Amino acid sequence: MQKLLTWVDERFPLIKVWDEHLAKYYAPKNFNFWYYFGSLALLVLVMQIVTGIFLTMHYKPDTQLAFASVEYIMRDVDWGWLIRYMHSTGSSMFFIVVYLHMLRAMLYGSYRGPRELLWLIGMVIFVALMAEAFMGYLLPWGNMSYWGAQVIISLFDAIPGIGPVLAEWIRGDFVVSDATLNRFFAFHVIAIPLVLVILVFVHLVALHKVGSNNPDGIEIKKKKGADGIPLDGIPFHPYYTVKDIVGVTVFLMVFAAIMFFAPELGGWFLEHDNFVPANILQTPPEIVPLWYFTPYYSILRANVWNFLWVDAKIWGVLFMALSLVVFFLLPWLDRSPVKSIRYRGWMYKTALAIFIVAFLILGWLGTQPAAGLNLIVAQICTLLYFAFFALMPIYTKYDKTKPEPERVS
Amino acid sequence: MSNDVVDRSKRRFLTAVTSGVGAVGVVFAATPFVLSMMPSARAKAAGAPVEADISKLEVGQLLTVEWRGKPVWILRRSPDMLKALPNLDKQLADPASKVVDQQPTYAQNPTRSVKPELLVVVGICTHLGCSPVKKLEPGSDAILGHDWPGGFFCPCHGSKFDLAGRVYKNVPAPTNLVVPPYSYLSDTRILIGVDQKGAA
Amino acid sequence: MKKILIAMLMAVAPAAFASGGAKLDPVMIDLGDQASLQNGARIFVNYCLSCHSASYMRYNRMGHDLGISDELVKENLLFAADKVGDLMKAVMPKEDARDWFGTAPPDLSVTARSRGADWIYTYMRSFYREDKSPSGWNNTVFPHVAMPHVLYEWQGHQRAVLRTEKETHRVEEDGKSVEKTVERQVFDRFELENPGSMSPQDYDKAMRDLTNFMVYLGEPARLQRFTVGIYVLIFLAVFLVVAYLLKKEYWKDVH
Repeated sequence: MQKLLTWVDERFPLIKVWDEHLAKYYAPKNFNFWYYFGSLALLVLVMQIVTGIFLTMHYKPDTQLAFASVEYIMRDVDWGWLIRYMHSTGSSMFFIVVYLHMLRAMLYGSYRGPRELLWLIGMVIFVALMAEAFMGYLLPWGNMSYWGAQVIISLFDAIPGIGPVLAEWIRGDFVVSDATLNRFFAFHVIAIPLVLVILVFVHLVALHKVGSNNPDGIEIKKKKGADGIPLDGIPFHPYYTVKDIVGVTVFLMVFAAIMFFAPELGGWFLEHDNFVPANILQTPPEIVPLWYFTPYYSILRANVWNFLWVDAKIWGVLFMALSLVVFFLLPWLDRSPVKSIRYRGWMYKTALAIFIVAFLILGWLGTQPAAGLNLIVAQICTLLYFAFFALMPIYTKYDKTKPEPERVS
Repeated sequence: MSNDVVDRSKRRFLTAVTSGVGAVGVVFAATPFVLSMMPSARAKAAGAPVEADISKLEVGQLLTVEWRGKPVWILRRSPDMLKALPNLDKQLADPASKVVDQQPTYAQNPTRSVKPELLVVVGICTHLGCSPVKKLEPGSDAILGHDWPGGFFCPCHGSKFDLAGRVYKNVPAPTNLVVPPYSYLSDTRILIGVDQKGAA
Repeated sequence: MKKILIAMLMAVAPAAFASGGAKLDPVMIDLGDQASLQNGARIFVNYCLSCHSASYMRYNRMGHDLGISDELVKENLLFAADKVGDLMKAVMPKEDARDWFGTAPPDLSVTARSRGADWIYTYMRSFYREDKSPSGWNNTVFPHVAMPHVLYEWQGHQRAVLRTEKETHRVEEDGKSVEKTVERQVFDRFELENPGSMSPQDYDKAMRDLTNFMVYLGEPARLQRFTVGIYVLIFLAVFLVVAYLLKKEYWKDVH
């Protein structure tokens, strides 16, 4: 065994990689609950890829066959139902985990220097994940799949000049059709997953270059022992590997509880209207994207005014795009002298709380008809959403902060 | 790090237990994926037993039915054909059908059939899966020579079989043609895919 | 805690089953009740399958799940197909159905998942006579449905009794705000005009069996997934204990 290891190591930096990323990667010793979600996101990515491969063995990307092939998986393929539910539950769990992973970064200022690039790569992963989920949702070819894709692709119509041509180019037809389904299948099963895997790899490389942040938001590399090892650092392996195994197990229990006992989760994870095959002649009474898109869907629908010679619809699209773009700017909007929420003052804490509440309300409203009171609330929440970012340079600068400790607690 | 003495054996034990239970979990988790690649209910339904009506099958005629995506030949042999069978034994690789997997036990007899006159075989060459052509008539043949007694000839690599589906010596095919499980529902109806009742 | 969370999520489900405004009667679903499922299957195959397909489902799978042998399926349930492995396709060709009803009867394989059990149960009990409509029937759950009341011999003829409801609106008239009262006819209750061969209780029970079967039909895996789920959770719980002990042992160094 030892001989084989030496043989490999002479030809491939196996031990070096192992040491650099696990056994001698020193992570802060004070990781808490919030630090599980990175490894959980990686786990879900792997699960989605594996279940996806097996679904691809039976699924047919053809408008005549797609819906039936999903039911074929659910009934005729041995254990097909389990694999399909793992994939559908997995997609929602992926977003839960990723949203919590992002919130962690906002709580402890993980996007701040020197981790700006790490944050940017993460945001690109998030956008790619949204594209992946959107395209995957068309594949069962249910009525909600069809109309959801129709509505979202029609957004590109709004772009002045090239819009209509662009929308046709994306669909490969004048409406969502077989051509659209086939190309979404190609993007969903290979193009975007490949990009995601590469980006996740780059994300990890960037993380291990700058080192992990921690709940205190201070740099452990500043206090090193005589051996050059950070005093507050512990090797990722075995300490965080054994800890993450515990986190993974708890996560899998939640996952299994949903998947086996409520795979539709009352319409949140699998929509009732998607058990009707796509029907070009009948729009569902209310077109609702899956829950992870609803905050952005609310922002899209919030603006109803034409102003500055631009159509309300185009503003809606712009606001939705902007709601993602502002996240990219976070590292440069934050002017606070401290990183972690533990040492920030009341202003940031209040702002973040308002932002989270606004985000959740927007998510809820995205599932409801946009009219009357709903619309007004959505408009207020959209305003609060953007205010969190727009006012950040001001409130983080004037916020009263507590002094950061020398060592992690 | 504290200075307590580390109990190495306890750690080794716990690591082994966790790895062991984890490995069991991985095997359990992998099982559904492996099983999902087995023939599905659709494939099984398509591979269900097939009924063939042989009431109109004349002597010397051959009927082809599809079973599990493979051609199955049903040939009503003439008394002359049956009489000629034992004469060929010396030229054949396995005249007594000793290779067990090639036929059910109830067809492990000189005619390789339940009823002597009716031959039921899968029309797939045992060499590489081509479907042999029917050369049922005895006589002179450009490829098979002047004293061809009648049988099947595989055009892919030249394997030859007699009218009981038995393979000749010195041809690429190693074994006799496969006799599928079959049973008689009545004198005129054969069910292919289901064993003869009372036969193992 | 988890249960409460799930219950909360259920309570705020985004796309509640649409009911066309009618109140739905709740129905008890019990997939463990094999007699009910078998009775439901018999009703489904004898009546529904004449016009509707359940084309994602195979007869032998249904038989296997419901404890009916292949021979019994063949003798009693196989009207529209000749092999037990066949899919449950309607007897009537789709084109004929479209000509007769003006619309092709939808496939019923996953209807219980798109409409919900309560909808099916209420719908099957809410047909009433209406001479104006092409089929002679109407339905409070699905107004102007093309489907006639197939089981009227069992249930008998129902008549919808309407009641008058007064609604007061404030309307702007000549710049003044005036109160206006509008009278509206709304559905109140059903009245059985001609009793059928079944008592209302028996009919409700039969429809409960049918609904029960259709819930099974929507997701045959439901029979398995709860059991598998419990084993998986037990296994994970055991693994959690072991993994936690390992973590605790190693983290002695840190704390």
